[in-house]
Amino acid sequence: MSTYSLSDGLASGAPRLSRAPLLASWVRESGVGILASVAWIAFGLSCLWWEDVGDWSRTHSLGIAAFVIAVVALFGTVAADYLGSAGRALRQRAPWLVVLGVFMTLWEVATAKFAWLPLPFFPPPQSIIEVYTDDLPKLLDSVFASVKLQLGGYLIGATVGFLTGVSIGWSRAVGYWVHPVLRFIGPLPATAWLPIAFFTFPSSWSASTFLIALATGFPVTVLTWSGVASVSNAYYDVARTLGAKPSFLVLKVAIPAALPHVFVGLFMGLGSSFAVLVVAEMIGVKAGLGWYLQWAQGWAAYANMYAALIVMSLLCSGAITLLFAIRDRLLVWQKGTVKW
Amino acid sequence: MVAATALAEIDAHPAAGAALDIEQVSHAFDIDGAELPVLSDVSLSVEPGEFVALLGPSGCGKSTLLRLVAGLDKPRSGTLREDEARITRPHPSRVVVFQDPTLFPWRTVWDNVALGLEAQGILKSQRHRVDAALDLVGLSSFRNAYPHQLSGGMAQRVALARALVNDPKILILDEPLGKLDSLTRITMQAELVSLWQRKGFTTLLVTHDAEEALVLANRVIVFSDRPARVKADIRVDRPYPRHRGDPYLADLRRQILGLLGLDATW
Repeated sequence: MSTYSLSDGLASGAPRLSRAPLLASWVRESGVGILASVAWIAFGLSCLWWEDVGDWSRTHSLGIAAFVIAVVALFGTVAADYLGSAGRALRQRAPWLVVLGVFMTLWEVATAKFAWLPLPFFPPPQSIIEVYTDDLPKLLDSVFASVKLQLGGYLIGATVGFLTGVSIGWSRAVGYWVHPVLRFIGPLPATAWLPIAFFTFPSSWSASTFLIALATGFPVTVLTWSGVASVSNAYYDVARTLGAKPSFLVLKVAIPAALPHVFVGLFMGLGSSFAVLVVAEMIGVKAGLGWYLQWAQGWAAYANMYAALIVMSLLCSGAITLLFAIRDRLLVWQKGTVKW
Repeated sequence: MVAATALAEIDAHPAAGAALDIEQVSHAFDIDGAELPVLSDVSLSVEPGEFVALLGPSGCGKSTLLRLVAGLDKPRSGTLREDEARITRPHPSRVVVFQDPTLFPWRTVWDNVALGLEAQGILKSQRHRVDAALDLVGLSSFRNAYPHQLSGGMAQRVALARALVNDPKILILDEPLGKLDSLTRITMQAELVSLWQRKGFTTLLVTHDAEEALVLANRVIVFSDRPARVKADIRVDRPYPRHRGDPYLADLRRQILGLLGLDATW
C-alpha cells in the first residue's frame, strides 16, 4: 500500500505523500462495514419511525437492538485491525451484514408498517422475536424432544447400518441373505411405514425412533457396503504378508479404507432422517418441533411457525456441521474434502 | 549418531536368510471358464542369503510366482518350501514389496511402518524397531507425514521400511523400482544392495530390466513367455558395488537379451 502511494508521488514529480490512496484503501477496507451500519440504522429507524399497523410488543426493543448491531458493525469493521481474528471475521462478513440489514428493513416496512404483504401470513420480525421471548419454554421443550428423538433414532440407525454394511461387504454369506432384503425394503421411503409403525409399536415415540433409524440405516448400509467392497485387494495382500489375521483385516484395513464412503452415507442418512422426524412429529408424536409447527398452524399462529422453522433450520444445519467436523477430524489423511 | 544407534538396533536382530525351494510348480488362472496356464513346471532352489533376480517378458507369470512364494496364492501343483517348511499361507518372514508402495493412506508414515508389528501384536514392546527401520531408509523426519505428502521414491522407501521392520528371512521384491524415475532408481538400487549385504536376507527380485538384474543379483533366472518356464539360470560372479559399464556385465546383458528374443535390437 505504502509502496503504491510512494511510486504515485514519484510519478507525479512531486515529493508529496498523496492522501487520496490512503483514503481509498481505508474506504475499501471499512466502507462495507459503514454501509452495514447504515443498513442496520435504517432498520432501527424503520422500526421506531412509523406506528405499527398491529399490536406487537417488541417493536421498540427490536429497534434498539438494530442500533446496537449497527454500532457493533461500525466499530468492529473500522477498528478491525485492533480486534484480531474477531475483527477479521466481522470484516469478512460485512457484505452479508449489509444484505441482512436491507432485508430486515424491507421486511419491517412491508409487514408491520404498511402491510404490503397480507398480515397474518407474513408476520413482522418483532412478532417472531416475541415468540422467542414469550413462548420460550414450549419452544425449548420442543427442541429438546426433537433432538432426543432424532439423536436416538439416528445413532441406532447409523450403528446398525454401519455393522450391516461391513458384514455384507465382508462376508459373502451375509451378503446372500441380507442383500435381497435390503433391495426390497431399503428404497421404500421410511415415511410409508408410518401408519403401520404407529399401530405395531407400543408407543409413537418408539415407532418414530424405528422410522428414523430405518431412514438413516439404508444409506449408511449401502455406502458402508460399497466402501468395504471397493477396498483394493492390494491393501489386504500387504496386510496378510505382514501377518494380519482376519480381524485385523476388517478393523484396521477394510473399515478405515471405507470410512470416506461411510461418511457420505451418514450425511445422506442425516438428511432423510430429518424428513422422517418432522413428519413423524406432525402425525403421531405429541412433542417436538414438527408438532409445534402443526400446533401453531392449528392456531393460525404464523409467527410461531416461522420461529420454529428458523430453529429447525439452525438445528439441522448444526447437526450437519457437527458431522462434517467429526469427519474432518477422522479423515485428516484425505486431501481436498468439501468444507461445509 | 542417531542413525548409528539405529543400525546397531537393527543388527541386534540378525535375520539370516532362509533357503527357498520351488519344486515343479505349475499354476493357472481361470478366466471366463477357460484355463490360462501361467507357470509350467518351475523348479528353483535358492541358497540362504542369495540375491536372485527373476527376469522375463512382461506378463509371463513372474509376479504370480512371487505371490506363491509369499503364500498369498496356492499353486495348482508342486510345492514351495522355506527352510524345509512347506509354504501354505503368508508369514511375516516372507515380506513382499510391491510395484506400487500401497501405503495405507489413512496411516502416517510411522504407523505404516508399524503395520507388521501391530498385526502380529508385538508393537507395544517393539516400537524402537519402527524408529530404527525409518532411520534405515532415511525418513525419520517424515514419521508424521501422510502418504499423499510423499514423493514416489519416498513412498517406496517407506514400503521398504515396512517390510524390513519384520526382519524378513526372504524379501520378495515385485518390481519395486519399476515406477520410479531413473535417478531415484539408481540410488535405491545401491541402497537395496547395501541393505541386503548388511542384513543377509534372501532376496527375490522380479524385474524386466536386465541391467537392474545384473547390477543387483548373484543369480539371474530368465523366464520364457507365458506359461513361464525357467529358460536360463545365470550366475553373476562380480563383487559389489558393481559398475554399470563393466564389460563382463554388458556381455551377460547381451546374452540375456538374446534369450529374451531381443538380439535383433543389438
